Amino acid sequence: MTKLNELTIAAARDALRKGDATSAELTEACLAAIGGAGALNAFVHHTPEIARERAAAADKRIKAGDAAAMCGIPVGIKDLFCTKGVPSQAASNILKNFKPEYESTVSQKLADAGAVMLGKLNMDEFAMGSSNETSCYGNAVNPWRRKGSDAALTPGGSSGGSASAVAADLCLAATGTDTGGSIRQPAAFTGITGIKPTYGRCSRWGIVAFASSLDQAGPMTKDVRDAAIMLQAMCGHDPKDSTSADLAVPDFEAALTGDIRGKKIGIPREYRMDGMPDEIEALWKQGTAMLKDAGAEIVDISLPHTKYALPAYYVVAPAEASSNLARYDGVRYGHRAKLGQGDGITEMYEKTRAEGFGHEVQRRVMIGTYVLSAGFYDAYYNRARKVRALIKRDFETVFADGIDAILTPATPSAAFGLGEMAEADPIAMYLNDVFTVTVNLAGLPGVAVPTGLDAQGLPLGLQLIGRPWEEGDLLNHAYVLERAAGFVSKPAKWW
Amino acid sequence: MSINSETARKVAHLARIAVKEENLPALAGELSAVLAFMEQLNEVNVDGIEPMTSVTPMRLARRKDVVTDGNIQREVLANAPDAREGFFAVPKVVE
Repeated sequence: MTKLNELTIAAARDALRKGDATSAELTEACLAAIGGAGALNAFVHHTPEIARERAAAADKRIKAGDAAAMCGIPVGIKDLFCTKGVPSQAASNILKNFKPEYESTVSQKLADAGAVMLGKLNMDEFAMGSSNETSCYGNAVNPWRRKGSDAALTPGGSSGGSASAVAADLCLAATGTDTGGSIRQPAAFTGITGIKPTYGRCSRWGIVAFASSLDQAGPMTKDVRDAAIMLQAMCGHDPKDSTSADLAVPDFEAALTGDIRGKKIGIPREYRMDGMPDEIEALWKQGTAMLKDAGAEIVDISLPHTKYALPAYYVVAPAEASSNLARYDGVRYGHRAKLGQGDGITEMYEKTRAEGFGHEVQRRVMIGTYVLSAGFYDAYYNRARKVRALIKRDFETVFADGIDAILTPATPSAAFGLGEMAEADPIAMYLNDVFTVTVNLAGLPGVAVPTGLDAQGLPLGLQLIGRPWEEGDLLNHAYVLERAAGFVSKPAKWW
Repeated sequence: MSINSETARKVAHLARIAVKEENLPALAGELSAVLAFMEQLNEVNVDGIEPMTSVTPMRLARRKDVVTDGNIQREVLANAPDAREGFFAVPKVVE
């Protein structure tokens, strides 16, 4: 029999409604699983008291017949979300001991729906990283291992703790955020589903900002149906975020009909990268065949500016980060450096930020500062924003031509070993986002779906990209792909 | 575009991040590598293209210019590293 912590949201919801399980039982099963999974370093702040309190409240609501789909479902929350009275430090030392006096809109919506918060999840510092190795809490570890090896692998990043926790059944689902691929890449590395909705779908209020024009929250779940259910609870207009879309949220789960006959799937030729592993290429072909078998029409498309997405991203994102992270000044919250005799306010800023920010964050803040500085603003920042407009136009053109969804690989490889990239230059790490970053630049919804294992037994995923605001249709395509791929593998428990 | 130690020092100061003198050459090298990667953008013809300012074509929402929140001094100061008498405290700024 399936253990309670191994259930999907949909299965748990049905069990709760039938009275076959209580939220208290689900919650205890997850807390026990978390207690035994210290080696994964996925949960970095534990909130069992809050969890038990919310589980009891959820059980009351379920009994009273007043239960939303997420009611009583135990979830993990990425450390980037501000949670009232609970440490929220974006995996950075500069926010050590920071306990927000307020709750992020997304985590509040989940709480209002009755979801049970188990604790806060590991991530890359300020969501800057693709391997969870820039975290002040240390690496989160992937529950998957290569066949016959006990080398620790990355769960990806930046939502590495979320991915590890969901893949290892420490929670039923988790929140993630995605600025350049931070939901989809870790989902692909751990064999789970992750969707970044259209920019503006989820409120950014109360989520520690990295690059405000790119950041979006989304769910990381065990399957596509769960992604639909949880996304539903996270979305919606919020007057506190000026870029939040004032649009009705459709019923995403109801969109999962499994019927994509007559839909047009674009296969972008520019995503066939030089040196792409054969396994990724084969996986992509298989996925294409699966959608074709389901009755979709496969169309060869061109997104000509794809190659320039990463360099444009690495101008725009650090520029916005350097501005957003200016708030960490040692005055209002977080860390302040010990000052020497005669140190003034400038020394306070400089020492505080040197001590509080990790290496990658410092590098990106300085790159951002440079590209925004007098004399370089036009050459770098404005040029990157123009290229971004062209990347967005590429997508608009193919959608105007009738394409319903675009199929690409999610990542250029399977999960790599922790520390393996330590000697590589930062650009090599940035290449992890090569297939995902275009989606953020264009503000589109994108979903990663696990579709196979590589020769070493590690999960691989494909990405589907949808039209703006059409998350329901996108998830339906993902649902078809998921059913055709029949991915059911789980990591063998070693932790 | 290659960055030297002097430029790295200037950027670090603009970003208000203290960098030790001996670490400047390494920092300059790292920043140069990232900037070299960005040079690819010069291959793109961007004539007549407006820089993208908003992700979705929407007008920013407006609201009445009224006070919507307040009287939360305790909450505002709760996380301050140094708060005294209802204020944030910092080292002396004016001589």
